[in-house]
Amino acid sequence: MSTPVNTDLTTLDAAELGRRLAAGETSSVELTQAYLDRIAAQDDVLGAYLHVDPEVALARAGEVDAARAAGEELGPLAGLPVALKDVFVTEGVPTTSGSRILEGWRPPYDATVAARLKAAGTVLLGKTNMDEFAMGSSTENSAYRPTRNPWDPDRIPGGSSGGSSAAVAGGLAPWALGTDTGGSIRQPAALTGLVGHKPTYGAVSRYGLIAFSSSLDQAGPMARTVLDAAVLHEAIGGHDPRDSTSIDAPVPVLVKASQEGARGELAGLRVGVVRELGGDGHTDGYDAGVLERVRETVELLAGMGAEVREVSCPAFDLALPAYYLIAPSEASSNLARFEGMRFGLRVGDDGSHSLEEVMSLTREQGFGPEVKRRIVLGTYALSAGYYDAYYGQAQKVRTLITRDFTSAFDDVDVLVSPTSPTVAWPIGARVDDPLAMYAADLCTLPASLAGLPAISVPCGLSEGLPVGFQVMAPALSDDRCYRVAAAVEAALDAARGSRLLDELANREAAA
Amino acid sequence: MTDTLVDFDELLTRYEPVIGLETHVELGTASKMFCGCATTFGAEPNTQTCPVCLGLPGSLPVANAAAIEATIRIGLALGCRIASWCRFARKNYFYPDIPKGFQTSQYDEPLCTAGHLDVEVDGETYRVEIERVHLEEDTGKNLHVGGSTGRIHGASHSLVDFNRAGIPLVEIVTRPIPGAGAKAPEVARAYVTELRDIIQTLGASDVRMEQGSLRCDVNTSLAPVGSLEWGTRTETKNVNSLRSVERSVRYEMRRQAAVLDAGGRVLQETRHFHEDTGSTSPGRSKEEATDYRYFPEPDLVPVAPDAEWVEKLAAELPELPAARRARLQEEWGLSPTEMAWLVNAGALGLVDATVAAGATPADARKWWLGELARRANDAGVELAELAVTPRQVAELTRLVAEGTVNDQLARQALDGVLAGEGDPAQVVEARGLAVMGESDELVAAVEAAIAGAPDVVAKVRGGKVQALGALVGAVMKATRGKADAATVKRMLEERVL
Repeated sequence: MSTPVNTDLTTLDAAELGRRLAAGETSSVELTQAYLDRIAAQDDVLGAYLHVDPEVALARAGEVDAARAAGEELGPLAGLPVALKDVFVTEGVPTTSGSRILEGWRPPYDATVAARLKAAGTVLLGKTNMDEFAMGSSTENSAYRPTRNPWDPDRIPGGSSGGSSAAVAGGLAPWALGTDTGGSIRQPAALTGLVGHKPTYGAVSRYGLIAFSSSLDQAGPMARTVLDAAVLHEAIGGHDPRDSTSIDAPVPVLVKASQEGARGELAGLRVGVVRELGGDGHTDGYDAGVLERVRETVELLAGMGAEVREVSCPAFDLALPAYYLIAPSEASSNLARFEGMRFGLRVGDDGSHSLEEVMSLTREQGFGPEVKRRIVLGTYALSAGYYDAYYGQAQKVRTLITRDFTSAFDDVDVLVSPTSPTVAWPIGARVDDPLAMYAADLCTLPASLAGLPAISVPCGLSEGLPVGFQVMAPALSDDRCYRVAAAVEAALDAARGSRLLDELANREAAA
Repeated sequence: MTDTLVDFDELLTRYEPVIGLETHVELGTASKMFCGCATTFGAEPNTQTCPVCLGLPGSLPVANAAAIEATIRIGLALGCRIASWCRFARKNYFYPDIPKGFQTSQYDEPLCTAGHLDVEVDGETYRVEIERVHLEEDTGKNLHVGGSTGRIHGASHSLVDFNRAGIPLVEIVTRPIPGAGAKAPEVARAYVTELRDIIQTLGASDVRMEQGSLRCDVNTSLAPVGSLEWGTRTETKNVNSLRSVERSVRYEMRRQAAVLDAGGRVLQETRHFHEDTGSTSPGRSKEEATDYRYFPEPDLVPVAPDAEWVEKLAAELPELPAARRARLQEEWGLSPTEMAWLVNAGALGLVDATVAAGATPADARKWWLGELARRANDAGVELAELAVTPRQVAELTRLVAEGTVNDQLARQALDGVLAGEGDPAQVVEARGLAVMGESDELVAAVEAAIAGAPDVVAKVRGGKVQALGALVGAVMKATRGKADAATVKRMLEERVL
């Protein structure tokens, strides 16, 4: 039995697809159609997308093909399809941030990263599902539908960028953008066998990213390989005058770092294994299989010439409570603009309700339970008389965590840990237990609170499900994350004789 | 409901007022505080908006450097300490005219602190301590439609205009001002006047109260004379003119005195001033005030003005109104009272400009406080609104000094200038207003007057020299005022005596 050509295309990485486009071996229309077919066939089950417009995508692909045919100078990304998490505003394309309160809203402008990808000639496949306003670790908090994990449709794909992770892992997009506030790129990447990177805070523009927690939110790439992630990151990164928190510095050279890393050039690299993230005395809540894969990966790095030592960062134990005060506090303010006056949902405006009632009804109906929970939490934490005890204290913890990182990086070049304490869990397993859900971010929160770059790279399977290995680096040293991740990826692929995601394709073919 | 009021002079025998002012000034920057939208006043509703000032999801603010500079200059002019590092803060509350659900403002880290402004009332100087000067963004404007009053009560629906949303707004807050006693209303007015003049001198805003680019909240409280504690204050809003500032303090003092006399308690509340009646009425009660849940704005980087830059701004401040007044008073040799007249008439700048255009200080003052003040008064406009420039006034004084026109002709020339006929010299030319020289025409008029009044000539020759005045009058009449009276007198003397 022969497999259709289109299916083959959707199992390739973006670098290979780009090569074929440039060589004229395929066209953007053919490629886009392949993904659209795959979406049509699979997305009813996966629920990775909230919005797909095949006509628009194909028209756009046709434009790029025509430009190529006309001999126009095109960039390396031209014609490649991409999926965007629905948290990015896209001009004229419905954008909901996973919430009913924005249902039907078509933004009048593009997020900077969306505009940069557009300018690079990419084709927008669609907007991916997410936990409402990026609040969640499983994508079950989407107001529209849950997303399923391509490795096991009965399990969650991680979150909040679970639509993006499921789309890329499932071959419904070659790569995608996610956002990471407390782990929302890295954790879903880990749980679906992808590479996901949260850049240094300020390294990628937040303009047009619907804010959850302004001091933590960062956009970043989710891809099948480290190299793809580096290419996508370089395309979206760099200073943006529209975002005052964006750093006015050159984007680190990531593609080159990935290529060097893939050649195993790690001699002299000092690697710190964080005790508080799954080390001795800190294994509660961690899957044994996850810890085993991570331990093997650390040994692998040592085998490539890295100097490995254990590092203690005591303040990391306080990251979870600090995060769940800071992020909801900022969210309670960021989400105040959703009151039904200017865009999106409006409830009760029938002349029988006061202004305050219309605002309340709109928010009552428009927000889901997790969003309400965090608004209440954040409102409380910022209230007069409680501010110092909650928000103020949490900011102090943030400073302590940053100090732990600073002193750790005096001695080592990168810090490593599991990305997620567990593999993907069954859908519904943690829905009624918010604290268990919050614990999913244990390993990713410290880098978020300190604004540091961190990558998740697949390091094998446990119980047949992907495990992620996290590499954290000092601010603006994102290249170190890519270098180490590429080394891990190359070594594991070589040992396995195939890529981890091929395992998923093989299972699908067998089924 | 009519408030019971106590006589102003009488209440002062029992109570001491304490006042305080919060002034909002819309800066005259070309673009808004956090986006590039224009700030033109009076544009079509919602035409000066973008995703940022509409608070659309995903949009982010970028602080306007020109607004920060203007705020620092205002702070420097008020003798404030300029923060070396400070942050914006979010003030959270729901209202349709604030698009983000919070106003970006400053909270416990204002840009400028601890300044002062000396104001003079009736020769007495009062020092007003400035607590803080901070920068924030203005709100949009609600338009209530369908009612008769334009207020929300009775309206069928409300519209919001976001053109004003995001315009940079500087808030200047005084510390409580005790000790002004009977002068409290005037001190309040003098403070706002002086502040307005300073900001105008800095060029930071057009400070037009009637357009809302300068807005004032006036706090007033009363305490029994000799009391160590201050009373409960009210905050009067909607005070839209300098006169209203004074009136609102006076009214609140009289109203609060009546409340206290009756054994009542002054409520800490916001009150609205009514221009038509000069009274105040209660608004929102502060006791149920919102908890604004201030926290540092994470979307903006801290403001850290470089010390050298601040020093440079300080060194480059223009001459401020008080220094200018002192200098001009000295240069022009005026008494404090004369100076006060000039200032109160709103003529200082005009006289200064007229002097700069070549007039003598005495001539410039004479014109602006005399003829021009009368005409402004007749027309019911401010001096500055008259259709004559200081340069034109200076030209008039020059024409008089040169003898081209006399005072009466100069007034006719002014008529022409105000009617838009051009500069004074042009009007004199066009209307033929120049004083007649010793021309044949004038000689003929003089001789005709002598011939026409032999009796007068006889009287003069008989020793009643003052009778010559009648002949001067006849010549002036015959020449329709264009002759120079002194010349005419001399010519008559030559011929009669």
